[in-house]
Amino acid sequence: MPDTMPSTSVGLVTPRTETFETPLALACGKELPGFELVYETYGELNADASNAVLVCHALSGHHHAAGYHDLEDRKPGWWDAYIGPGKSIDTRRFFVVCVNNLGGCHGSTGPQSINPATGQNWGPAFPLVTVEDWVHSQAMLADRLGIERFAAIVGGSLGGMQVLQWAITYPDRLANAAVIAATPKLSAQNIAFNEVARQAIRSDPDFHDGWYEQHGTLPKRGLKLARMIGHITYLSEHSMGTRFGRDLRTDSLNYGYDVEFEVESYLRYQGDAFSTRFDANTYLLMTKALDYFDPASLHQGDLSKALAHTRCPFLIVSFTTDWRFAPARSRELANALMRAKRPVSYANIDSPFGHDAFLLPNDRYEAVFTAFMTRAYHDMTRRAA
Amino acid sequence: MRADFAQIMRWVPEQAHVLDLGCGDGMLLDTLSRDKHITGYGLEIDPEGITACLARGVDVMEQDLDGGLDNIGDDAFDVVIMTQALQVLRRPDLMLDEMLRVARECIIAFPNFAYWRHRLYLGLNGRMPVSRALPHEWYDTPNIHLSTFKDFRRLCDQQGHRIIDQAVGNGHHQTHWSAERWPNLFGQTAIFRIQR
Repeated sequence: MPDTMPSTSVGLVTPRTETFETPLALACGKELPGFELVYETYGELNADASNAVLVCHALSGHHHAAGYHDLEDRKPGWWDAYIGPGKSIDTRRFFVVCVNNLGGCHGSTGPQSINPATGQNWGPAFPLVTVEDWVHSQAMLADRLGIERFAAIVGGSLGGMQVLQWAITYPDRLANAAVIAATPKLSAQNIAFNEVARQAIRSDPDFHDGWYEQHGTLPKRGLKLARMIGHITYLSEHSMGTRFGRDLRTDSLNYGYDVEFEVESYLRYQGDAFSTRFDANTYLLMTKALDYFDPASLHQGDLSKALAHTRCPFLIVSFTTDWRFAPARSRELANALMRAKRPVSYANIDSPFGHDAFLLPNDRYEAVFTAFMTRAYHDMTRRAA
Repeated sequence: MRADFAQIMRWVPEQAHVLDLGCGDGMLLDTLSRDKHITGYGLEIDPEGITACLARGVDVMEQDLDGGLDNIGDDAFDVVIMTQALQVLRRPDLMLDEMLRVARECIIAFPNFAYWRHRLYLGLNGRMPVSRALPHEWYDTPNIHLSTFKDFRRLCDQQGHRIIDQAVGNGHHQTHWSAERWPNLFGQTAIFRIQR
């Protein structure tokens, strides 16, 4: 937390919880008897509930997208650069909702929650949830908040896939869609990286097939490795090169396997921090949700057909050095929308920061995003008039 | 409104599906959607143009025209428009074929290099013309394929495309009678309506 709260911050925020007693049928065929969703909101919902913006989070994200929980917090929420008064998602205009997805480990029902059937935590028995399941549960939360139609639904990476799914599943419930640094489906290479990450976790002797809590252990080594692998795919060769190069932690090479290069130290640090902060079962199921996402598969692989019944304007954004979900994947999506004659704009933002760029400040990204959201706002006020 | 835009507006049918190559700030598409109820997209590479399009709600795709239109299917549009972009392309001839692949009809506007002021400038000064329509010096100009009204007619003939209408723009003014009679001499902007 900075010494004084900046005027562009949403300030101190408190998560809320909504409980759903109705069972939720999942794509995998199983059913969740009931569930809780933890979420945050910023800004004020207007009288006709037309100014809501849903922000969808990525793989290791959560509901804390902006502002601070505590005056002692070192860092604000994960998308604070783009949510707040005067920012791209302007909280003076919009009521922003961000939900921790089902299966998560930040408060919403997930592997760490109690399974009512056993009285124990779900652990690995928690059903695999998909992007579609998340969208259904988010829609239930929207009902609860009295939001029939979002002014916009936005998200980056896995969050962008949820936006896409919303536009397909609930075409009448969003007025605008911003899909950032995402892809209409994972490539073999993407799935391969996920599989290595999963194997790292599952082969950790402390994993115990996911029942680590019952064994009083934590698969920290596996989760650390998984995060290290993931982290490499979030950065670009260029950004790693400029940030770490071949810099050494030590004065000279020590001909051993302890940390020598700065980049090793960085990855280990990131991995260690993540291994105690995140739940391994959640990480596993989130990577599966990524792998399974492929809305075109229901239409013989024809993405245009999958998107033919969407009704909102789309903004598709990619970043030049993103090789996890490369610009070509976003272009594929934009082209499919264009073929379907759906309203779509596409921008490829110049950034050296790889996939992570979607979280970072960038003048052009901000200009594009702000222009889109401002137009969304004016459309909203025009409709109301 | 720009003189060439006014002419283009007359040629675009009501409710057409339109592709605007090098759409700039989206002004033409915006006007067409309001006055002619068209749908469609602009392709643009300039970041400021793209942001301006987004701000006015014109659908724009960031795309380099020199890479072709291979992301667009045959006959995907009713009309393809290109204003003041032909002369900056690496291969205007290939683009012309591409335009008439993705639509049956295209409208192209470009600066007429044979405009009398350009001829006079070159003739008197012995230097590459610099004018309101061609504001750059020869070394920093994006216009790498300047041509004349006549040159373009020849290209269309060679490639087997039919010019069904033509007009000249004369700066911001109404077209002068002299330009109607001698377009290659008095037309500052050449505007063609072409079908395959």
